[in-house]
Amino acid sequence: MNTPFVVVQATRVGFLIVLWLFVFAALRVIRADLFGSNQPRMATVPARTAPRPSTPRRRGKAPHQLLVVDGALTGTKIALGEQPIMIGRANDSTLVLTDDYASSRHARLTQREGDWYVEDLGSTNGTYLDRAKVTGPTQVPPGVPIRIGKTVLELRS
Amino acid sequence: MTEATAGMRGVPSQDEALRTGRGLELALLVFAILTVTAADAIVDLNTTNSVGADVVTYGAGFTLLWLAAHIVVRVLAPYADPLLLPSAALLNGLGLVLIRRLDVAVIERARQSGDPIPRGDASVQIVWTGLGLALFTATLLIVRNHKALARYAYTLAFAGLTFLALPALLPARYSEVNGAKIWIKLFGFTIQPGEFAKLALMVFFAAYLVAKRDVLSLASRSVLGIDLPRGRDLGPVIMAWALSLLVLVGESDLGTSLLFFGIFVAMLYIATERTSWVLIGVLLFAGGAFLAYHTIPHVRVRFDYWLDPFGHRANATQILQALFGLATGGVLGTGLGNGHPEMVPFAKTDFIFAAIGEELGMFGLVAVLLVYAIIVERGFRTSLQVRDAFGKLLAAGLAFSLAWQVFVVVGGVTKLVPLTGLTSPFLSYGGSSLVANFALVGLLLRISDGARRPAPPPAAPPPPLAEAVTEVVTQ
Repeated sequence: MNTPFVVVQATRVGFLIVLWLFVFAALRVIRADLFGSNQPRMATVPARTAPRPSTPRRRGKAPHQLLVVDGALTGTKIALGEQPIMIGRANDSTLVLTDDYASSRHARLTQREGDWYVEDLGSTNGTYLDRAKVTGPTQVPPGVPIRIGKTVLELRS
Repeated sequence: MTEATAGMRGVPSQDEALRTGRGLELALLVFAILTVTAADAIVDLNTTNSVGADVVTYGAGFTLLWLAAHIVVRVLAPYADPLLLPSAALLNGLGLVLIRRLDVAVIERARQSGDPIPRGDASVQIVWTGLGLALFTATLLIVRNHKALARYAYTLAFAGLTFLALPALLPARYSEVNGAKIWIKLFGFTIQPGEFAKLALMVFFAAYLVAKRDVLSLASRSVLGIDLPRGRDLGPVIMAWALSLLVLVGESDLGTSLLFFGIFVAMLYIATERTSWVLIGVLLFAGGAFLAYHTIPHVRVRFDYWLDPFGHRANATQILQALFGLATGGVLGTGLGNGHPEMVPFAKTDFIFAAIGEELGMFGLVAVLLVYAIIVERGFRTSLQVRDAFGKLLAAGLAFSLAWQVFVVVGGVTKLVPLTGLTSPFLSYGGSSLVANFALVGLLLRISDGARRPAPPPAAPPPPLAEAVTEVVTQ
């Protein structure tokens, strides 16, 4: 009648392992959900087709890169071209944020005569240039943080 | 309104499958089903040294019910969170295994002592699981958009309060089981209306707090550096407190009383983000506990048994046996079917955690707690994802209620807090609890479906005027 010792011990430990495997499988899903996959989703800026009109550069060190310095996408770089950069959670944004505090179309960066301007597109939680809330198109000097939810962006030359 | 958009309700296409997570849900569900079936087989192996036909019948029943639940989600809430359903299935399945295992022990004991052999509870529990699935389907079917629930807030509050108060008003013959007047006994069925009232009241709390949260969070005066709310804004929290005390006095139910007040304070805190509400809640609770201890003998007894169970060896058997069971289990447990969890009174309902601790040990108990934590995490995650304030508050409230209930139950079993007599969601034997929790998960799935559903593709931003193609506008 008695169950063999080996069976008892094997099922005893084996079942606990199976139970924990379920927990780990679920935790993996949560992990992927929290930190995202390893490659940040980033749309490439379309290559310029038309020859670039010679925009007068007032300063030699015009920014040519947008860098994410804080938030889930830290380290992501986007090359700056002529085209405006859309930032938000919408899939067709130039920089697709996975930030709970960002709106789907959150902000836009546009270039005019070598300077970059940030505009808030009616986001829920606002866009901040350093500490100031962005209300209209505001010029962004290189190195000044743009804050969108938990994401912080900077222009780098 | 996304509801109205054509095709939005449809089953997502193949390439969307990855985003909806339904495939993942199915995979995890199959994993959970295999785990539960293995547990069932181990119980048989360890108690009778052979695997009986029961394993097959229960396994098949359980599998069919949960696969049906999966299909329901696929059709009615295709974007819902993939982890909620498998986690609930695992807990429900483990509960079934333990109830069947306790049935085996009880039948064995009856056979040895020559008593009439009692009917097993596991088959009843699986019927309740089926009913739970029916309510789960109904929830997803009726509540097509969680925002619509807010419109029935006051109706639900009235229904919830009526349900909650009913056992207190009914004669004891129809409402008292084991000293607690929390039941409605009708036609041989017993239901615990408090479990359903909990859900209805949570919907009401969420709708009410969303409407009133500005008043509750902004109007204040500062006393000693803490923002205290104005006296007249204390109304709702005092009401919730009085209600909890009424439940305690009228129905001798410590657990439900504690559960309701905790949920209300937590939701108030989430809605207003103000620590002062938690402080006020804790103070009110302390006052209520003090009052209850000195005026209600039932509560006093619970406290005394909790503080010194070994001093009341004759009466505090429940908690003592539970502690002995946990000690026997140790780190790895005795293995399913090898312990004596039946020695704990009410092992199938209030003390199912003692049975888990004894047979699966600390490792098993922590794994089960983590499965609860996963459900709670998904609930809070949904709350962060969903856009509307009502959905946010409701999801957070539902998730918190689950966490709070598990805390109160496990705390009671492990002698961290006084015993309250609540059931552990999904695990415990008991129809009302199981069916109500199915509805709770249904609501969470509904909200998370709304949160994860991709927005309808936005109209492409108009190209700059200079580049735009001339188009003919007809009106």
